[in-house]
Amino acid sequence: MFLKQLSIFIENRVGALTDATGILADNGIDMQAFSLADTKDFGVMRIIAGDCEKAASVLRANGYLVNITPVLAVETENRPGAFHEVLMRLSDAGVFVEYCYAFISPNPGKAQFILKVSDDDAAEKALALA
Amino acid sequence: MYSYYNREAETMPREKLRELQSERLKATVKRVYENNQAYRLKFDKAGIKPEDIRSVDDLKLLPFTYKQDLRDNYPFGLFSAPMDEVVRIHASSGTTGKQTVVGYTRNDMAVWGEVMARTIGAGGITKKDIGHISYGYGLFTGGLGGNLGSETIGCATIPASTGNTKRQVTLLQDFKPTFILCTPSYALTLAEYMEENHIGLDQLALRCGFFGAEPWTEAMRAEIERRLNLEAFDIYGLSEIIGPGVAYECQVHKGLHVCEDHFIPEIIDPDTGEVLPEGEKGELVFTCITKEALPLIRYRTRDVAAIIKGDCPCGRTHLRMTKPAGRTDDMLIIRGVNVFPSQVETVLLEIEGIGPHYQMIVDRKGNLDSLTILVELAEGTFTGEVRKLEALREEIAKAVNSTLGIAAEIRLADHKSLERFEGKAKRVIDNRKLLD
Repeated sequence: MFLKQLSIFIENRVGALTDATGILADNGIDMQAFSLADTKDFGVMRIIAGDCEKAASVLRANGYLVNITPVLAVETENRPGAFHEVLMRLSDAGVFVEYCYAFISPNPGKAQFILKVSDDDAAEKALALA
Repeated sequence: MYSYYNREAETMPREKLRELQSERLKATVKRVYENNQAYRLKFDKAGIKPEDIRSVDDLKLLPFTYKQDLRDNYPFGLFSAPMDEVVRIHASSGTTGKQTVVGYTRNDMAVWGEVMARTIGAGGITKKDIGHISYGYGLFTGGLGGNLGSETIGCATIPASTGNTKRQVTLLQDFKPTFILCTPSYALTLAEYMEENHIGLDQLALRCGFFGAEPWTEAMRAEIERRLNLEAFDIYGLSEIIGPGVAYECQVHKGLHVCEDHFIPEIIDPDTGEVLPEGEKGELVFTCITKEALPLIRYRTRDVAAIIKGDCPCGRTHLRMTKPAGRTDDMLIIRGVNVFPSQVETVLLEIEGIGPHYQMIVDRKGNLDSLTILVELAEGTFTGEVRKLEALREEIAKAVNSTLGIAAEIRLADHKSLERFEGKAKRVIDNRKLLD
């Protein structure tokens, strides 16, 4: 399943992240998954929001650079080796994983992953075989 | 007892000096008028003929020369000697990527050697001494200029150039140089390295240091003298006039004596161009009266200084100028390199994915100047990929480095996050507080 992910550029300064999360909080945006990629000089916050378009528009209105990207959401059994199996399928299909983050699934006994892959179609095909 | 390299010239009675200046000025004006088309046009436009200049009193009749004149006549258009008489070329960074190019004939090299020898000799250095030159060798005039002065005196000269502090300290320990030439901030870097590595001052033989090429304070002088156990001398120069050696401190340490038999200083009001009375602060202007390849007439340095009134106890008759206290333009000196904000602007405009707004922050971290440039990301180029942002930052850093000649830390900022200015933008924040 593909989800819309919101990427937000975060400057390297104290308070930059809380400024962004504050805007989301004030606008009642629910974050279902969250990750922060950081480098020495800046960060990129990635979220799966309840209302992606609204989140993007309120952030843009506040001067943030945002980008909406389709990402692959995968649900697996919450057991050892489950994630490995997913990655093996992608690897066998020659698909690169650019980045990935995990979060707790609302479904009992399940785990969920967000994956940004090099080839969306090939990834979907590889995982559908499951 | 004060030291001199050329006592006769340095303590020449004012009246005799004036005569010499008048004679040399007349010859120089004739030289540029006859040998350089740009100057001939400039003088004709001002309605000045060489014979109108009868003494130094007539200097004020002559038109100014600006850095722009050097750029307009890039690279050799202001030379007043044929290229087959030129033996050396140096260049310094300019505002628009074009360098400021200067040339020297064999005689000019002799003049340079003489004035740099006076600079170093004022510290009591003789041919028995060993000199360590840690200014950059190359197009920059610091290294080779210092080298020339040291060799003119007859000192054993170590062309250490810049960088590799560990090796430099080894040279200081093993070769036992008695004097050093470098930027004041590098002197502190050397001191720091020695302290960190528990190398005692007893292992060094340094007696004097000649520091310049960047602004520094009296507090830094005291610190350098204490941490390196030497007497610190301030030196002043610019490549357009000759390089280091234009003015130098004596052992009194109250201002810098201008080598007036080679360069005539004036202090002018930068707005009106009027010559200001002695003691008043204004823009420093120099006229070269002994050079052949590039004898600039009334060159506007953009440095702000004053002529110090009264005689110097050292016995030198040549006028003293104050340490320059700022600039009339926006030029910055970072790690000894001239940097104009407009250079940064030019670089940024050529890179896609970033906006035209930027901010430069100059700091002194430890003893070294640092430059940070904040750059705004443009809307629509953000893809959410860290990799692309990193690549962009790298691209900017490389372009800035190759244009300015110094490395800068590039920080990406949100678009429209940098302050907008009405009228003249304040793009530079200089936190070094080096000027009194």
